[in-house]
Amino acid sequence: MSTQSLDPNRRGFLKCMTWAGSAMLWTVAGGVPRSHVIGQAEAAETGFSFAQVSDSHLGFNKPVNANVTGTFQEALNHVTGMAEKPAFIIHTGDITHLSKPDQFDTGAQLLGATKMQACTVPGEHDILEEDRKSYLKRYGKGTRGDGWYSFNAHGVHFIGLVNVVNLQGAGLGDLGKPQLEWLEKDVKSLSASTPIVVMAHVPLWIVYQDWGWGTADGGQALTYLKRFGSVTVLNGHIHQVMQKVEGHVAFHTARSTAFPRGVPGVAPAPGPMSVPPGELKNHLGTAKVSLVSAKAPLAIVDTPLAG
Amino acid sequence: MFVLFKSGVLARRVLLCALLGGPIVPLVAWSDEGSQVGIDNFRFAPNPLNVAKGTEVTWTNHDDIPHSIVLNALGVHSKTLDTDGTFTYKFDKAGTFFYVCGLHPFMRSKVVVK
Repeated sequence: MSTQSLDPNRRGFLKCMTWAGSAMLWTVAGGVPRSHVIGQAEAAETGFSFAQVSDSHLGFNKPVNANVTGTFQEALNHVTGMAEKPAFIIHTGDITHLSKPDQFDTGAQLLGATKMQACTVPGEHDILEEDRKSYLKRYGKGTRGDGWYSFNAHGVHFIGLVNVVNLQGAGLGDLGKPQLEWLEKDVKSLSASTPIVVMAHVPLWIVYQDWGWGTADGGQALTYLKRFGSVTVLNGHIHQVMQKVEGHVAFHTARSTAFPRGVPGVAPAPGPMSVPPGELKNHLGTAKVSLVSAKAPLAIVDTPLAG
Repeated sequence: MFVLFKSGVLARRVLLCALLGGPIVPLVAWSDEGSQVGIDNFRFAPNPLNVAKGTEVTWTNHDDIPHSIVLNALGVHSKTLDTDGTFTYKFDKAGTFFYVCGLHPFMRSKVVVK
């Protein structure tokens, strides 16, 4: 590629690449870091993409963010306002804070107003009421078990998993035998070149065992997926971006649209993290995921609400 | 007024007062003072809680995040406690009863009933 056609920003971008390595680039604009999968984020501007929102915690009203409805709305506005509108929205759980009917109603109203299809998986905050069926009663149509399902879109096989019903040990997520058996069957007939996107609330990989940030039997699920050339695992729960690539599997956790949580190994507990006034929106945001090529990891662009 | 949480401290204070011939601090019934468990920053306190048989123990959530109380051996699961939410359970039998938060099971503690 000729550098003559590049604007100054693009030259700066390429300069950063020389020291940032090949997989992930953090650019800082106005003090706000953004992560890109290098070289693919821009290519992803055309073609198939979908947006991820997570952990809207509708109903939360504490000082760290007294307007979670507003910040969720803002995140959805980012999605609907994109020049290349994503095909649909996925919500990776904790739609509500306490599973109350009015909180679910607010979520349905805001997601519905986007006029976009929304695909969801439950977080542990979504199954607190109605004998732990509060999520299933609203989003369970067409799903199996506790709400798991799969579908195909634009050549990508999407799998929504539920790992919040039977927490293990320190609070690790759990898929359970019936769901694992279903998963094994679900992907058995797919060709290895089919891109796979897995959605689940609690990270499928062990992020921080002490706080239960991981899934006890997530490794078993991954054995069914490792033959595929491109697997992208999208999670929420931890309210911060963490990424890992293992073979052909890229793991990614999303920011919350409601409030940030403490950083493992730094914060004494995983509760909401207060940030200085005006900085909250740097810690909240959305992710846009684009299919770049069938054999490469999907490009994920995390966008904070601010900036 | 001060609150004494540990019997050792209380005993030493009573002994000291007796030796000095000073006024003895009125003893507050142990089960009354010790029947409250606070939840702060993902921790139960006091941990453990020592109570007499028949005590009603009340947990109060002071966090911004909901918690719940799960006493597995007793088959007790509280409702979800939002901020300032409480849950009360009466311990009728002696024993050591471990419990966790149902939402964050790394939060563990126990109630010792004598």
